[in-house]
Amino acid sequence: MIRPEIVVYMDNNATTKVAPEVLEVMMPYLQDYYGNPSSMHRFGGQVEAAVTEARRKVATLLGADPEEIVFTSCGTESDSTAIFSALQSFPDKRHIVTTRVEHPAVKNLCENLDTLTGHKHRVTRLMVDADGTLDLQKYEEALADDTAIVSVMWANNETGVIFPIAEMARMARARGIPFHTDAVQAVGKIPINLKELDVDFLSLSGHKLHGPKGVGVLYVRRGTPFVPFLVGGHQEKGRRGGTENVASIVGLGRACELAAANMAEENSRVKALRDKLEQGLLSSIPHAILNGHKIDRLPNTSNISFEYVEGEAILLHMDQYNICASSGSACTSGSLEPSHVLRAMGVPFTAAHGSIRYSLSIYNTEEEIDFVLEKMPPIIAGLRQMSPFWKADA
Amino acid sequence: MWEYTNKVQQHFLHPKNVGEIENPDGIGDVGSLACGDALKLTFKLDEKGVIADAKFKTFGCASAIASSSVLTEMIIGMPLDEAAKVTNEDIANRLGGLPKEKMHCSVMGREALEAAIANYRGLKIPMAEGEVVCECFGVTDLEVIRAIKESSLRSVEEITNFTKAGGGCGKCIDRLREILVATVHQGADIQKVAEKPKRMTTLQKIKKIEEALEREIRPGLRKDGGDIELVDVDGDFVTVSLRGACTSCAKSQTTLKEYVEKKLRELVLDSLIVEESK
Repeated sequence: MIRPEIVVYMDNNATTKVAPEVLEVMMPYLQDYYGNPSSMHRFGGQVEAAVTEARRKVATLLGADPEEIVFTSCGTESDSTAIFSALQSFPDKRHIVTTRVEHPAVKNLCENLDTLTGHKHRVTRLMVDADGTLDLQKYEEALADDTAIVSVMWANNETGVIFPIAEMARMARARGIPFHTDAVQAVGKIPINLKELDVDFLSLSGHKLHGPKGVGVLYVRRGTPFVPFLVGGHQEKGRRGGTENVASIVGLGRACELAAANMAEENSRVKALRDKLEQGLLSSIPHAILNGHKIDRLPNTSNISFEYVEGEAILLHMDQYNICASSGSACTSGSLEPSHVLRAMGVPFTAAHGSIRYSLSIYNTEEEIDFVLEKMPPIIAGLRQMSPFWKADA
Repeated sequence: MWEYTNKVQQHFLHPKNVGEIENPDGIGDVGSLACGDALKLTFKLDEKGVIADAKFKTFGCASAIASSSVLTEMIIGMPLDEAAKVTNEDIANRLGGLPKEKMHCSVMGREALEAAIANYRGLKIPMAEGEVVCECFGVTDLEVIRAIKESSLRSVEEITNFTKAGGGCGKCIDRLREILVATVHQGADIQKVAEKPKRMTTLQKIKKIEEALEREIRPGLRKDGGDIELVDVDGDFVTVSLRGACTSCAKSQTTLKEYVEKKLRELVLDSLIVEESK
């Protein structure tokens, strides 16, 4: 086993460390307080109270009402629930508006809807610009009378680029179209206040904000037509059957509380660390290119392409120093093509194959940034020396 | 995370023969930046037609770099005619195997070698003559057919693992299926493939190695108060542990290579490499 204390973890958009404060509040519900929240005895009732308290904390972070919070098993379940719900609520509407850079949870669902539902659907997948941003005029033109739902991510997992969700939700509302946003990467990193927004569905995932894996949330605005995805018991007011993952829900509640408390640090200290890392890499390594909009971006994410070398090879060399990150290269995507996000942005294949995503958290330190800045240039230089496309004088 | 053998990791982290030979006798340039992997292989022959030196430059993942590195190691010292017979399976076996999704890295190694030899002989690359089936990765039908035959592929997914064909937009998948069906049904050719020295499963290898150890090797060692035990079989790598008098014998390494390895190559598979467990 690789011991956690020796790891330089810069892969927080993949998953995060469970905060010690989160684990602490979870433990009683994994040990002594095992009652079922639905039970009619006080032993179960006290567990229900803990779930209610967690629901309130999640709602507070989002600026929502507790009753608008539905606990699910993960971000993917939340996404599927929202999209299927809209399609079933409006059976005559067979059009969906989404983007080319969505997480697979939305992208692959939209691509396979015909097979999944037995109906023909029209899916408009909005293009992005070279910096990963959307053209709002094209978005407005895409909205149609038969649009059942808009599903657009709040922030991109690979580049960190933030979409103008407030404006997009307002435009959908003006046309009477339900608006869903996959906010898995945004929640906890940037302020969100759903009271001021026209968002109808929002997905989040516990393990992206220092909560446990295996718990997610779907926010459903009060009054939004809703059809459950998992049908069963009356849990979550009949909106999601299945006994509650109590310990994780309690943990997620605490994680949301911590996220609110740490939001300022995330946007100041973490952002400064990210900027130092980014500027350091771009200035010390030639032919390194930043992917994504420089400003409209999560404070923790930096996606950089190192031309003429391949991402998996870079990652495995970084792994020798216990530095954890991700790549958009083909060899790491499980397919033979590089990241669909970078391709949609028109990043040349030559650069997409060598892209590395660094995603930080409040647990990163300046020493770690210095360590990575020291190790990266020789790794890239070593691989370039081996690359048939690298000309030393280029 | 891919499960790479120790051999793959060694060759990736400490690649052998990186570079480009000046005034080479043969140059093989395959793959492209767009495809995500590319290999430039150069070699020089001595006066007897033996590969005296070989170097590589590779753009690609760990298994692409390891396949290139091990390939140069394999062909240095080989007569050109013999090098021409090296297959992608030989490369993969020499690495102790590759994840199935990464077999195309060994295929790229073989193709670079083939291209370099064709370049030396002033010939065209035979596989490039075919009709391009997969436009995303520029794979020809001849390449697909050869992979199906040589590696006994039985699904489109396997074709993609070995040649990358079909791994991009997916438009050629129906065509790949047609080629697969047609090739598999050409009984005669398939028969030929089956007659070639067969690919043994690891279990078959272990059984045969155990048999050979018991019948042919152990009795000899025991006469001198030694013994041998099989520890592991990983691709072509056979790890053994020497026991008894062998452990303190100064000649144990010679015994291992000159006696045990020779015997196992003769009795089981001529590509086996015997190593001592440490």
